[in-house]
Amino acid sequence: MDTDQANNKAILEVKNISLSFGGVNALSDVSFDIVESEIRAIIGPNGAGKSSMLNVINGFYNPQEGEIWFKGQKRKNLKPYHIARQGIARTFQNIALFKGMSTLDNIMTGRYIHMKCNLLSQALWWGKAEREEMEHRKRVEEIIDFLEIQSIRKTPVGRLPYGLQKRVELGRALAAESTLLLLDEPMAGMNLEEKEDMCRFIIDANDQFGTTIALIEHDMGVVMDLSDRVVVLDYGRKLADGTPDEVRKNQDVIDAYLGVSNE
Amino acid sequence: MLLDEEYKRSFFISHKNRPVPDTQTAGLDTFPRLLLYHAKVRADRPAIREKDLGIWQVWSWDQMKTEILTFANGLAAMGFKRGDKIAIIGSNRPRLYWGMTAVQCLGGIPVPVYHDSVADEMAYVLKHAEVTFALVEDQEQVDKILEVQTQCPALKTIIYDDSRGLRDYDHTHMQAFDDVQRAGKSFSDKNPEFLSQEINKCSGSDISIFLYTSGTTGKPKGVVLTNDNILITARNSAQIDGLNDKDEALAYLPMAWVGDNIFSYGQAYAVGFCINCPEGEDTVATDLREIGPTFYFAPPRVFENLLTSVTIRMKDASKLKQMLFGYFMNIAHRTGISILNNQPVGFLDRFLYQVGELLVYGPLKNSMGFNRIRLAYTAGEAIGPEIFDFFRSLGINIKQLYGQTEASVFITAQPDGEVFADTVGVPSPGVEIKIAESGEVIYRGPGVFHSYYKNPEATEQTKDAEGWVKTGDAGYFDDKGHLKIIDRVKDVGKLNSGELFAPKYIENKLKFFPQIKEAVAFGHEKDYVTAMVNIDLDAVGNWAERHNIPYSSYQELAAHPQVFNMIMEDIEKVNQDLAADEKLSNTQIKRFLILHKELDADDGELTRTRKVRRRIISERYSQLIDALYSNRNQCHVKTEVTFEDGRKGFIEADLDIKNVKTFEPLRKAS
Repeated sequence: MDTDQANNKAILEVKNISLSFGGVNALSDVSFDIVESEIRAIIGPNGAGKSSMLNVINGFYNPQEGEIWFKGQKRKNLKPYHIARQGIARTFQNIALFKGMSTLDNIMTGRYIHMKCNLLSQALWWGKAEREEMEHRKRVEEIIDFLEIQSIRKTPVGRLPYGLQKRVELGRALAAESTLLLLDEPMAGMNLEEKEDMCRFIIDANDQFGTTIALIEHDMGVVMDLSDRVVVLDYGRKLADGTPDEVRKNQDVIDAYLGVSNE
Repeated sequence: MLLDEEYKRSFFISHKNRPVPDTQTAGLDTFPRLLLYHAKVRADRPAIREKDLGIWQVWSWDQMKTEILTFANGLAAMGFKRGDKIAIIGSNRPRLYWGMTAVQCLGGIPVPVYHDSVADEMAYVLKHAEVTFALVEDQEQVDKILEVQTQCPALKTIIYDDSRGLRDYDHTHMQAFDDVQRAGKSFSDKNPEFLSQEINKCSGSDISIFLYTSGTTGKPKGVVLTNDNILITARNSAQIDGLNDKDEALAYLPMAWVGDNIFSYGQAYAVGFCINCPEGEDTVATDLREIGPTFYFAPPRVFENLLTSVTIRMKDASKLKQMLFGYFMNIAHRTGISILNNQPVGFLDRFLYQVGELLVYGPLKNSMGFNRIRLAYTAGEAIGPEIFDFFRSLGINIKQLYGQTEASVFITAQPDGEVFADTVGVPSPGVEIKIAESGEVIYRGPGVFHSYYKNPEATEQTKDAEGWVKTGDAGYFDDKGHLKIIDRVKDVGKLNSGELFAPKYIENKLKFFPQIKEAVAFGHEKDYVTAMVNIDLDAVGNWAERHNIPYSSYQELAAHPQVFNMIMEDIEKVNQDLAADEKLSNTQIKRFLILHKELDADDGELTRTRKVRRRIISERYSQLIDALYSNRNQCHVKTEVTFEDGRKGFIEADLDIKNVKTFEPLRKAS
């Protein structure tokens, strides 16, 4: 994948983004790009602006300065649901599922942006609406199969352990069949085994569905193994950008974030 | 393949008038022939189901035949020859079952391997069996094989079912199941007669399968079974319990285990019933409910867990439900088993049982997936009598059987109406059983294995020239003619008086009490029997909470006098039970103590599968054993323990030792 990076066109470009909340500068003059079907990691210490960056990309925040180019077009300030419809899906750092609904229904909500029938015909569930829902259910079942969560299909997600909830959230994001998938700390708080599973799902999603993935993660082992390219933020500024190897050797990054082992 | 008259003549009429085709006289002596036969006789009946993407997919016998024959042709096109071995690795998937039959069509030998074994364990079997092909479920298994491929030079080709994640793998020695079938289609176009010729070359005495025993002691041994072994045994057992082609079974046992080969493969082919493959290992409970099988096998542990979960859920239920449950379970206890055994039951009781069925038993069985069950087997270890009675009183015809891989499962089984918790039944049809001098159970019958693959010494040690096979288990026939297994032969000892002493038999009886987790009995070359007991922290802790008994540790709870009395009562019950036994009435427990620590695998006291290691325990606790065989009623002990992180420490305690009441034998030992 990383061999022909240069040939691939950038799917998303972030240009000179600055974001501030009152006097606090969350992001200042950050630029990077995400090219098609790569896994792009955003790392940095706590408070570096990683989540803010994702929120800018999917439209929760509107930056004071800078431009976002998506699929070769400059993007206006849009509402998050418009952006979702354009093909950007995400998961959240603190799980944002419908706790009282089953796994199946939660993932089904990811299909919502693809449903065409109006509210009335969906409520009556007749004719076209029925056929459409069956189509969507099939896609959802494929995702359930893909994520190996058949056993919790009908379980309310509130009753699931944390690791599985994260997996359901990934499922919902996958169900949107987005071109760009933003994962905010998909492995936070997981044990080693759950992390390995999650890694495999991310790689497989990238490989099988060709989804471009941008992820925030603190586990450096995971980041270095998974991603094709890494961008490092610190105090809202971009510190480095490059392949995992380049980033690992970068002195600024070592000083600010990675540190050196005491040997 | 068969004419209808032939088919009608070939019927064996079972005692319930349900026809089971006679595989011997009708020439239906191999799996491929049975496949063709069923595809003709019951072409549209379901043969196999699999839940895929949340929907049960069905293949009829005719469709299954097409799938299997196409795959067999594909294998032939890839150069699979008569006598070649193929490893089958994965959970219960239709395509893996089809692979087995396809291989048998070509005169090859399937070698199912436990799919959860690690690569190195797998390598041993693959190498020993000299497999040239491997049919595997998914990427996980492919990875394992690739890891050990250098150790198994004969293994040339991997065929996989699920292609997920395998797209970028080197495909020079790897093919998808679909691709093999595609090749099979063009092969059969060119050689339309090839496969039927191959099928005709096979016979009942040909080798059907290699099944590797799990090998708790030493390297696994490859048990070679012929078509006759499996099919005759499967047919006999199906007949005696009246299985027919309307039955449904859940195929969820590991494919490498002989039980699956008989219950989900042999009997399904012998009778023509439908098997259902669950979606995954953790969906078995849901799938069981959806399918509602009529025929079910599970080890005792599964039934035990079911009973536990029912009990726990009932404790959370509303008062009314608890009352109903309590009332009707009492009725079930009184009458259910008699009704199941067709014994006379009074009109009122029968009526109340029917009401209970409507209000309690029916819904309960439905929630467990047992509402259609006609026949359930359990085997493998002793089952607690109250667990057994619970299910039988609900009207579930659960029976014990006794068997092993070398016998194609069936050695004994319990006939309808003669089901007891402490025996394993009468010899299966065609099986002869003798008790050797040493007390060992030996048998001979149609299912007796051909040999251990490439291990003539072991074959000779186990099976003599006349076909008698040693089980390694000690047992005897009780006065009802039922076999009772008491222990492994090597563990059975003798008291100084010369009486037989079966430690595991006594320990199992103790462990049936929920408050006893482990027990170790002593008595070999001693004057009387003694026992050390581990209490169950969950069960006793729960009891302590309910009775406001404070405790801070296992040790403290175990030393509590009320706990001590409770365990003493349990032991008295065991003694009472033993007093009624013909042969073991003199091995009642005279003295006992409650251990100050839980027996632990980290300390080497148990194996990783939680079996007691007698030698190590008797060395570690020799002080305690001496005290048990003295007049003292207390003993000081200091034991080294290993904590989970590997650190070591000591536990010290003063343990009470008490005498227990023993009972007069109810009848003289013969």
